[in-house]
Amino acid sequence: MPFLEITDVHKSYGTNPVLKGITIDVEAHEVVCLIGASGSGKSTLLKCINALEPIDSGEIVLDGDPITGVGVDVNRLRRNIGMVFQSYNLFPHMTVLENITLAPILVGGVAKEAAEAHAIELLTQVGMEAKATAHPDSLSGGQQQRVAIVRAMAMRPQALLLDEITAALDPELVGDVLEIVRELAADGMTMLLATHEMGFAKEVASQVCFLHQGQILERGTPEQIFTDPQEERTRQFLHRVLASGRL
Amino acid sequence: MSISTRMAKAGTPTPPRRVFGLSILALGVWALTAYVFWTGLYQVHLINQAKTPMMPLIIGVIGLVMLYPLLPWARSLALNAGRTRALAASDLRGARASASSGRDSALTSLGFSAGFLVVAALLHFVTTNDAAVTKTFLRADFIAQSWSKVAEGFWINVQVAIGAEIIVLIAGLGIAIMRMLPGRPGRPLRWLATVYVDVFRAIPSIIVLYLVGFGLTIAKVPIVSDLSPTMLAIIALALTYTGYVAEVYRAGLESIHPSQWSAARSLGLSYGQTLRKVIVPQATRRMVPPLLNDFIGLQKDTALISIMGVIDSFMQARLISSSVFNLSPVLVVAVVFIIATIPQARFVDRLMAKDAAKLKAGAL
Ligand SMILES: Nc1ncnc2c1ncn2[C@@H]1O[C@H](COP(=O)(O)OP(=O)(O)OP(=O)(O)O)[C@@H](O)[C@H]1O
Ligand SMILES: [Mg+2]
Repeated sequence: MPFLEITDVHKSYGTNPVLKGITIDVEAHEVVCLIGASGSGKSTLLKCINALEPIDSGEIVLDGDPITGVGVDVNRLRRNIGMVFQSYNLFPHMTVLENITLAPILVGGVAKEAAEAHAIELLTQVGMEAKATAHPDSLSGGQQQRVAIVRAMAMRPQALLLDEITAALDPELVGDVLEIVRELAADGMTMLLATHEMGFAKEVASQVCFLHQGQILERGTPEQIFTDPQEERTRQFLHRVLASGRL
Repeated sequence: MSISTRMAKAGTPTPPRRVFGLSILALGVWALTAYVFWTGLYQVHLINQAKTPMMPLIIGVIGLVMLYPLLPWARSLALNAGRTRALAASDLRGARASASSGRDSALTSLGFSAGFLVVAALLHFVTTNDAAVTKTFLRADFIAQSWSKVAEGFWINVQVAIGAEIIVLIAGLGIAIMRMLPGRPGRPLRWLATVYVDVFRAIPSIIVLYLVGFGLTIAKVPIVSDLSPTMLAIIALALTYTGYVAEVYRAGLESIHPSQWSAARSLGLSYGQTLRKVIVPQATRRMVPPLLNDFIGLQKDTALISIMGVIDSFMQARLISSSVFNLSPVLVVAVVFIIATIPQARFVDRLMAKDAAKLKAGAL
């Protein structure tokens, strides 16, 4: 049984249909990459999985539990799925350590000392332990994004949703952040990520989905998608990305 | 103007303009000011009739101060001459420097003269018609007589203001949160909160005071009608200002970017936890200046509570006023309010300047 089953999900903003029947299965320990043009619905899909946006129809099942529809404990669901955003979204009035330990203490019921010890351990893994008492304002974009990943990981989630987490970074900072995601993948973290970094997608993904106007037009292994795309749209998209030097 | 002609102009540097005209204007304004001041002081002298032996000394000091604008004026003349000399020696940069500081000096003189002119006009205002204004508003004996009673009454104003502010801080937050309740279940409360804010921002506070002060007592509403007039005044002002402050809270909470909500909710924080730990702490900093502005308004409105029969500072002043047929005691109340308000106004300015600086530095 797949860890995450997304079946025929529809979603509109007002009268504007954004997702038109999305179906994706994500196995445990699998990394699925969503690629597609700006506005194709990648961010919307990730938000729907985390119940940050309600869906109109369809079903999302996590580890055998339906997480859509009425009566679902969204807070419990979100505890099990971490999310990292393009614009980091750290809490500016808290230190790095407070950002990371807020949810474990408040939601997870972890003791303060234990939460902080865990946070320091995670920060050390990403080379950020020296910044534990800093405020987000004083960090570079790459450092902020590494903290944001640690913040999501501190809840010990079973899966991670990553939404173009390197899109706002200067090119020389992208590598550090991708390295962390690479390590997470190697450790067996289940991940669903939207990205414009095709080279990275090729390297870590077990499955690549090409989104076009709210539908999955083509899916397959990285080799299939990147070297032998079947759809004309996919070819055009990859061609444009290639021309802009991002493959 | 085309680029080529502008370039041509830049090629032949223009000599700086003369400062002379500005100097003449400065002198003219100063002369007018001196005349108005002098006639004003003469009236003071007539009214005073040597009752104050200090008067010649005061007039002498003011006369000296009046001479001050002539200093920068003389400097502007000298600098204008310096400009002419420098031009003769084809020292263009020197001429520009002299002309520039000369204009500065002439404008400084003009600025001081203009300021003095306003003061001189005020002097005329208070001394005209045999000092009718002064005798109505500024009688020293009545001021001395009413001072302590007015100050005593002001203590009531302070109590009412602080009491109302405490209620408003709490009730305003409640209304603001009600107005922001999410989804369909929140709709009835959201609607009620909106009606509350609309209604109480629309009714002038003096009418609310009147209705609460008399209506609730006449209607013998249990508990409420037994309250003292001071308590009723606190409640009435709190009713009005809760509407304003709720809007301040709401604007502050909504000014926090939605991505902060997404981030907190995605970590599993509930709506309330997100509000408490993430949104409110960030919003309070932005809410303090407008909140203090509303509080200054509330404090001033405490002068209205005398219509409900509370003996506050304004009521005291009016009582004394009507017994002596003079408005000096009322001026005392005005001054007391000024003294209480100005520090707060400056404090708000400081906070806003600090916030603006932070915003510029990109820290918020
Ligand atoms: N909150 C919203 N309200 C209304 N429309 C929205 C909202 N968020 C997104 N949309 C619309 O939904 C569509 C899909 O947006 P989405 O952000 O999911 O695209 P994306 O694939 O993530 O694009 P990008 O690569 O630029 O991030 C767009 O047309 C967008 O205008
Ligand atoms: Mg997006």
